[in-house]
Amino acid sequence: MLRLPRFSYRRPASAREAAAMVAEDPEQTLLLAGGTDLLPKLKRRQLAARVLVDVRHLAELAGIRPGPAGAVEVGGGVTLAAAAGDRTLVGALPGYATAAGQVSSPPLREAGTIGGNLCVDTRCNYYDMGEEWRRAIGYCLKKDGVQCLVAPGSSRCWAVSSSDTAPMAIALQGVVVLVGPDGERELPVADLYRDDGIDYLAKRPHEVVARLRLPAPPGRRSAYVKLRRRGSIDFPIAGAAVALDLDGPAIVSARIVLSAVGSSPVEAVAAEAFLTGRRWDEETVLEGARLAAGPAKPLDNADGSHFWRKRMVRVVVEQALRAAAPVPAVSVAGTAGAT
Amino acid sequence: MVNETATAGEVRVVRLRVNGELRSALAPVHATLLEVLREQLGLTGTKHGCELGECGACTVLVDGRPQLSCLALPVQVEGREITTIEGMAVGPDLHPLQRSFVETGAVQCGYCTPGMLLTAAALLEEQPHPSRAEVEAALAGNLCRCTGYVKIVDAVLLAADRAGTGRMPDGPVDGAGA
Amino acid sequence: MPGGGGELQVVGRPLPKVDAVAKVTGRTVYADDVVLPRTLHCKLLRSPHPHARVLAIDADGARRLPGVHAVITGADLPVAYGILPVTQDEHALEPSKVRFVGDPVAAVAAVDEETAQAALDHIVVEYEVLGPVMSIEAALRAPVDEPIQDYGGPANIHKLVGLEFGDVDEGFARAEVVREDLFFYEGNTHLPIEQHASTAAAVDGRVTLWSSTQTPHYVHRALSRVLGLPMAQIRVIATPHGGGFGGKSDPFAHEIVVCKLAMMTGRPVRCTLTREEVFYAHRGRHPVLMSVRLGATRDGAITALHMRTALDGGAYGSYGVASTFYTGALQTTTYAIPAYRFEGCRVFTNKAPCGPKRGHGTPQPRFALELALDKLAEDLGMDPVSLRQRNFTRPFTRTVNWLRITSCGLEECTRRVVEASSYHTRPRRPGHGMGFAVSSYLSGAGTAIYWNRMPHSECQVTIDRGGVTVFSGATDIGQGSDSVLATIVAEELGLQPGAIRLVTADTDLTPVDLGSYSSRVTFMAGNAVLQAARRARALLVEAVAAAMGCAPQEVVVAQGRVGDRSFEAAAALAEERLGVVSASGSYTPPDLTGPYKGAGVGPSPAYSYSAAVVEVEADPRTGVVAVQRVWLAHDVGRAINPQLVVGQVEGGVYMALGEALLEEQVYRKGLHKWPSMLEYKSLTALDMPPIETFLVETLDPEGPYGAKEAGQGPLLPVVPALASAVHDALGVWVDEVPVTPEKVLRALTDRARGGAGRVGPRTFPAIPYPACIKVAPPDAATATV
Ligand SMILES: Cc1cc2nc3c(=O)[nH]c(=O)nc-3n(C[C@H](O)[C@H](O)[C@H](O)COP(=O)(O)OP(=O)(O)OC[C@H]3O[C@@H](n4cnc5c(N)ncnc54)[C@H](O)[C@@H]3O)c2cc1C
Ligand code: SF4
Ligand code: FES
Ligand code: FES
Repeated sequence: MLRLPRFSYRRPASAREAAAMVAEDPEQTLLLAGGTDLLPKLKRRQLAARVLVDVRHLAELAGIRPGPAGAVEVGGGVTLAAAAGDRTLVGALPGYATAAGQVSSPPLREAGTIGGNLCVDTRCNYYDMGEEWRRAIGYCLKKDGVQCLVAPGSSRCWAVSSSDTAPMAIALQGVVVLVGPDGERELPVADLYRDDGIDYLAKRPHEVVARLRLPAPPGRRSAYVKLRRRGSIDFPIAGAAVALDLDGPAIVSARIVLSAVGSSPVEAVAAEAFLTGRRWDEETVLEGARLAAGPAKPLDNADGSHFWRKRMVRVVVEQALRAAAPVPAVSVAGTAGAT
Repeated sequence: MVNETATAGEVRVVRLRVNGELRSALAPVHATLLEVLREQLGLTGTKHGCELGECGACTVLVDGRPQLSCLALPVQVEGREITTIEGMAVGPDLHPLQRSFVETGAVQCGYCTPGMLLTAAALLEEQPHPSRAEVEAALAGNLCRCTGYVKIVDAVLLAADRAGTGRMPDGPVDGAGA
Repeated sequence: MPGGGGELQVVGRPLPKVDAVAKVTGRTVYADDVVLPRTLHCKLLRSPHPHARVLAIDADGARRLPGVHAVITGADLPVAYGILPVTQDEHALEPSKVRFVGDPVAAVAAVDEETAQAALDHIVVEYEVLGPVMSIEAALRAPVDEPIQDYGGPANIHKLVGLEFGDVDEGFARAEVVREDLFFYEGNTHLPIEQHASTAAAVDGRVTLWSSTQTPHYVHRALSRVLGLPMAQIRVIATPHGGGFGGKSDPFAHEIVVCKLAMMTGRPVRCTLTREEVFYAHRGRHPVLMSVRLGATRDGAITALHMRTALDGGAYGSYGVASTFYTGALQTTTYAIPAYRFEGCRVFTNKAPCGPKRGHGTPQPRFALELALDKLAEDLGMDPVSLRQRNFTRPFTRTVNWLRITSCGLEECTRRVVEASSYHTRPRRPGHGMGFAVSSYLSGAGTAIYWNRMPHSECQVTIDRGGVTVFSGATDIGQGSDSVLATIVAEELGLQPGAIRLVTADTDLTPVDLGSYSSRVTFMAGNAVLQAARRARALLVEAVAAAMGCAPQEVVVAQGRVGDRSFEAAAALAEERLGVVSASGSYTPPDLTGPYKGAGVGPSPAYSYSAAVVEVEADPRTGVVAVQRVWLAHDVGRAINPQLVVGQVEGGVYMALGEALLEEQVYRKGLHKWPSMLEYKSLTALDMPPIETFLVETLDPEGPYGAKEAGQGPLLPVVPALASAVHDALGVWVDEVPVTPEKVLRALTDRARGGAGRVGPRTFPAIPYPACIKVAPPDAATATV
């Protein structure tokens, strides 16, 4: 039986107290929510901590409720299962509910939280293995080693951002409320990440993700499409989150954020610029998907060959665009899809 | 001399409600719910296949919802109602799902079975008349290597169907030994 | 007939398994659930190098740790062992050399698992690293430092085989069409949900091992050899199984180590492998490179087959010699091939050892042969089903390599799946396809792992006033063999299976049975209990006939009654006359080996047959293959319990689809690429298509009630049928397993660039196969049986 290393457990009474507990010894203390990312990593000795500070029970992190200006506020401690099934989210921000509902497997979603999913560690199949395996292959940069095993010439780590909900939250222009020992601050989710497989979060280690605020203006459409080889359990190996505002046939704004193609969620800026102001039709969708796939450069450190993943990015973007809003059929006969 | 108390770390008494009984155990805080159930409380019906959240064999119910006991800390589930496979039958009477699993041949080696049964029970609690696709989706976190899932899904649908029509056979399961 | 000439009472009925209620209530005690007082926990230290000499081991640091009771190394277990007598090449703890990442070198017993694990960090091993060999091609070249094993050769070749039956050159000369194709089947593993686990206890010079093994008898022998104890002082109990599929059929290091540590410490010792370690224990499907050369006449009669195989065996022998022969053995059981040359080669590489997985050595050549036939059909402009039918092996014949065929339901299996799937009238549109394939498998290997003349299955049935007990060494690994044995005895004694007590797989209590491998239990243990039950019944009948004053033939045994009285009264009567009513039964397969060296692999008293149609939607843009439905017909001889047989078929189809689409045990930088359940992809409930199963009953003359095997055969045709369906859908060949989206796209790209539209091996390495042993085929007189 694979077992956890020793740690002690603390249960703060508030998010602020939790942050203060971490701040006491940030090197050796970790926030714990559902534990579905943290505990496997501790068991495999990818992370080390003397103290775990539990936040899952905190009332401040609970519940999904209306926020200012029609936004929806999702507590950081809300489980993925609760978010996926929430009526408000399913109705107003279906892409978000879908993303939460596609994380891993049903029992895991009963424990895993929204806050934990925003902060989930980056992944790499040279890193997400047991201690003995990593010792045998030679530790890498991300933990205990001196070189990257995927890109040996590189001085940085290319571990893959593998959260399903983060790209969707960015596409929806979400904002997180972070609680520190001395108070709260707000940060757009887009600014929560750094393009670095090791130091992937831009927040301070002690800051608690208390809430996620998702604007939900009337008429906003959203969709999330995830690529993985099995129907369940697997992390994304590519994914597309789309948020769309249409005014009749005109695209007022389009946001496309990709999952699992870089060390942070990757916003498809060129595609967004192209789409904005254009007509929502077949041709636009195809070109938007083509442009969105451009910046994606998967490496050979996740499931599926990087050749195939790269090629699939365009497909998932196209599928997500179509899922976000029906695309009027082209007037001329012809089939889309074949390459 | 051999020191028999090699294990230290933070140890506490955890009080768990398991299968309707209040149980307490003295356990290190870093022992998972899976370890405490199997090793301290003797509830070895809960199985394990990876201890990393990847197979679903260790699924138990926490307040009626399926959770992976290999990734749960006992301190986090204190005060909540935990159900393991040992708590599914009422005395000698099998739960309708246990019965339908036996009858349809949904059990081969039986190692995934406890997790499957508890997950299915949670599904039927929430959705008494699931479609085949809904059953498959609900069980998609529980791997089985023996059955190809066909008879497991059949068994869940059979139990749902019987509950719906009130046609619940009683008496011992035909032909099965104890 | 049983039951005094009436209908079968319980055989053929879909009764629940006898152990199902215990399993659904969590009461079954599996190996990891065995709890003995004062148990110590064992952890193994494993090699971090694929290939290295062990120069020195310093375990003093570990021994000094509080809570550590014993540390052992190779020096403590110097005797080599191995499942096959010809390859005794393993040590529980490798004393001088490690051959793959994960090879064990030392073991600790400590007060708990945490302490044992921590102690491993205090064992210092000095290695001299050697050049690793990580592919078949590399294994054929001269080794960089030294060969992996000190036997075999040249280079890292383990085994070479060359056999020729009939005049193959003449066959090709006569052929009007000849084609040669290359195929590759990637390795994969069993992935039972239960991780291997063992507990040992030693008292007064006797050792007891509880273990999740499929082959308690072979473990018993290995323990006796390595521990230096007579078999009578060792007891092996195979606990109920959480899945085997062939992966628990070798004696394993941890099984031996816990026994040794229990003897040294005087306390029970347990070891449960982690999932990562299970990937290292492996013994799974060999990666096999294959060449198939087929000759045929214009009207589709096969004139000759030349098959070459190269198996990547990993670091040790395991069942490898048998696996090698199996890649050549069963081609002829489905097709009447008049002339057949087989050249096989197994190499050593620095990977976890390969061995038997469901279908042992035959899914790979079956994949190759069936696809080669599809291609031949295309060349000939023939329907692939008709081409096969033209060549089907007939019942009660002998094949060119001397295998004796009895019942054979190929025609019927084919008819069932072709009709049900509307294969011939399937919609023809791009992206949609169907593939068809057939196969055959053994109902138990005709020879034991070690040569002997003793029965393969032995058992005992006792009846007294307390009821009926069956003592059988057979191991139920989830396939339901306990239920089958209970059903057979119940049938003979006019009872229900639930009334039969079973004592199984305990070497102290049960007579020898060779184990749960090669699909042998229903056939062989089944025949043994059938014999014992009939003998026991005769004793009851005799007693009752005497009391009734009638002839024994007039006593009807059925529905809980023996003649004029209840079964219990009959049992009491017989007990008055005889004491315990006890009868033994055994089964020795007929000697079916052909007149040549190497003929021991392939013969079986009966062969099962399967046919499959797989329907897919394949997306040319993404390469994703979505299986829509599988039709599978299986000739099981007789379904002793149809529910169990259908369960085996469904499980076989599931495992086949996993292998066909995504399971791979592959290596990178000298170690297993992903020893994890998350990365090694095993299909979930959402990934399974509907399966339509048809059971075909041919009532084999030698099987119990006519039964044949069901546990392995149904896997075989599904893999080639899937690849064939992809070709039907997209017009490209993926001559390699698994058929991943990437390979489908590469094949499409190849075609778009004017190539053959194929992905697969392009060359077959030069292998120093020996000159073939020429074997005359059975003459006309012996060709029908
Ligand atoms: C088999 C398996 C499959 C998985 N598949 C997926 C998948 O498909 N998609 C996916 O996105 N994820 C997947 N995950 C990862 C993980 O389960 C989820 O991301 C989950 O949402 C994490 O939430 P948690 O509450 O369990 O986080 P924890 O494990 O408790 O924490 C994760 C990280 O976030 C930090 N953290 C947690 N909560 C907060 C907070 N409120 N404020 C600040 N920091 C916090 C922790 O310190 C830790 O660093 C998978 C995990 C496993 C084991
Ligand atoms: S990308 Fe490189 S450094 Fe980062 S985890 Fe993978 S191997 Fe290590
Ligand atoms: S043991 Fe918990 S998911 Fe595998
Ligand atoms: S019955 Fe064996 S794993 Fe499901």
